[in-house]
Amino acid sequence: MSKQYWKDYQSAVAEDNYYYERSCIRQSFFTGSEEIFLKIVKDVLKKDIVDDMNLHTCSGIGYYSGVVPLDTTMTVVARLFALMTEAGYKNFVPSCITSFGLVNEMVDMWHHFPDKLEEIKGYLKEATGKEFEMPENIVHPCDIIYKNRKALKEKMKYSLTNVKTGKPLQVVEHIGCHYAKIFPRQVKGGAEFPQVLVGMIQEWGGEVVDYPERRHCCGFGFSQYLVLANRGYSAANSKKKFESMQPFKPDFILTNCPGCNMFMDRWQYTISETEGITYDDHKRGIPVLTYEELTGLLLGYNPWDLGLQVHQVQVEPLLDKIGIEYDPKDKYVGKTGKQLKEPEKPMNLKV
Amino acid sequence: MKKTDVIIIGGGPAGIEAAYDLARNDIQVILFEKEEEIFGHMNMAATLFPNFQDASEIRNILLQKTKHDNIQLFKKTGIAKVYKEDKNWHVKTEKGEEYAAKAILLASGFKTFDAKYKEELGYGIYKGVITSVEFEEMYKTGKILTPYGKAPLRIAFLNCVGSRDEKVGNHYCSRVCCINAVKLSIEAKKLLPDVEAYCFYMDIRMSGQFYEELYRKSQEDYNVNYIRGRISEVSPTIDNRLQIKCEDTLSQTPLKMSVDLLVLMIGIEASEGTSMITKQVGINGEYSFAKSLSLHSADNRTNNEGFFLAGTCKRPLTIPETMADARAAALEISYFLKSESE
Repeated sequence: MSKQYWKDYQSAVAEDNYYYERSCIRQSFFTGSEEIFLKIVKDVLKKDIVDDMNLHTCSGIGYYSGVVPLDTTMTVVARLFALMTEAGYKNFVPSCITSFGLVNEMVDMWHHFPDKLEEIKGYLKEATGKEFEMPENIVHPCDIIYKNRKALKEKMKYSLTNVKTGKPLQVVEHIGCHYAKIFPRQVKGGAEFPQVLVGMIQEWGGEVVDYPERRHCCGFGFSQYLVLANRGYSAANSKKKFESMQPFKPDFILTNCPGCNMFMDRWQYTISETEGITYDDHKRGIPVLTYEELTGLLLGYNPWDLGLQVHQVQVEPLLDKIGIEYDPKDKYVGKTGKQLKEPEKPMNLKV
Repeated sequence: MKKTDVIIIGGGPAGIEAAYDLARNDIQVILFEKEEEIFGHMNMAATLFPNFQDASEIRNILLQKTKHDNIQLFKKTGIAKVYKEDKNWHVKTEKGEEYAAKAILLASGFKTFDAKYKEELGYGIYKGVITSVEFEEMYKTGKILTPYGKAPLRIAFLNCVGSRDEKVGNHYCSRVCCINAVKLSIEAKKLLPDVEAYCFYMDIRMSGQFYEELYRKSQEDYNVNYIRGRISEVSPTIDNRLQIKCEDTLSQTPLKMSVDLLVLMIGIEASEGTSMITKQVGINGEYSFAKSLSLHSADNRTNNEGFFLAGTCKRPLTIPETMADARAAALEISYFLKSESE
């Protein structure tokens, strides 16, 4: 096989000393993902990463939905960079794909329009008294995991192998649009053949499912969902993907974007409630994991500490396939040790 | 150092045709071909559009022409450097041999677009995605099969792969792909009468003689379907077919279908040899093609006296156009040599 050009598309990933920018929505949807990422970087990879309590929104969802104006967005991003500068870091690590796309887009605009950068610096100084240095490296956390996938594998307790059959698990991967589609050359594998999740899946023993609608939208698409009247279109797009992947019998879906994860998980519930359709043989649906949750699971962290119980499609069948030990009784035990109330059961989707 | 009247770089239709016309005018010619075989890209053709003439007949005619006493043919001889010194043109081969001549004719031709640049079309990734060149080679064997050894039920041909495409930096039309797709789709139907053939296009450009007629014939007699729209995405299906997506821009509807073979009609680009030599002698034109002195009035001459051009080193051309251009170049060179000797 001769050269594949997408293999030239690579992201620059700093070795160490990361400034972590938490995500608004990820902390609500996948409650353990960011926490486990910080633990993996600090405790497993032994690298320096700061979790700054002063952080605020990047305003990305507002910007991409056409609600927050450009100058405001740029000033908000400038303030995030100012916080990074004050903390003494140069490698900016936005947890959310929307943030990742947004900060890259702003930096690119400043590169092409330096006068705009000076104007924004003025706004920031006037409003907050802060100044900032441009990051040396803007890197998404999934790239850090990808870069260290071999080192992590050595410390993993489990692999992506079905312990009952001995066969590799079949995994659907889906990357966020704002990870690869704004600046495809700066991400691993570009937009058409993104390798970041593929690399993790293959390194850790799984097989990637190449299905017809692999590149189709996850269903989020900002205005598809954010405008109430469009939500049927959002669900219809996710449905198209589920129908396309179903014949391949995927064991789970892996994502790196909050939008993809949220909608591919929650719309399975919506579709099951409205149409009675589920996408696996046992009416359990296809579990959807973030890459941090997957890494944490294989490293042997407690699934309930990863927040997997707050997913819509429940993960126990997947845990059993991988052979992960867990105590079902711990599922709804809160951080303080108190038993929490169990959520209401869906009508059609088995949990 | 060996001396001659004219050195021709490139043993394709242009180089051979010009060599023969010079030779029969008592001019000594050295003809260099970098490959083991002469004829260039014509080697790949089974039939020629628009009349389905057997390409081997034309290759035989050209082969006979190379046997003229005044032509010395050197195969497997790549050119490393071309330069002018003391009014003579010098050529250094990759083997290190040096030759000198009063004139040089560049007939270094084209290369086909590398379809792997169009990642969304899955060439090199999905087995059923092939180029027009590979399809023609398969046709030459007398069998058109899917990568899984079965007779295809549906074949799609996609035009403008690497042509008229800002994303790959080729704004120009390669001119021959539209009619070639018509030819290939008819060839497919001749071998497999039940196969469904679809041609996807931006515009159908049937500018040559009998092209329009063949386009019509493909629809009326062979039931080839033409859909105006570029394929945007190719993915594999669970039954080893390919799912393609595009917008049918005439009916303004999205279209999705499964096919067994997707044939990419790859465009024409300047060959590496063309690009290298034109840079060495300062006649590198747009898209790395060779730049002639005047498109309308001196298309075989260059701003370097004694350095001439023929064929697709200048731009995409059909085979008849290439050979006519080569004959014109030979005439120009004859006049030039005559004026030099006076």
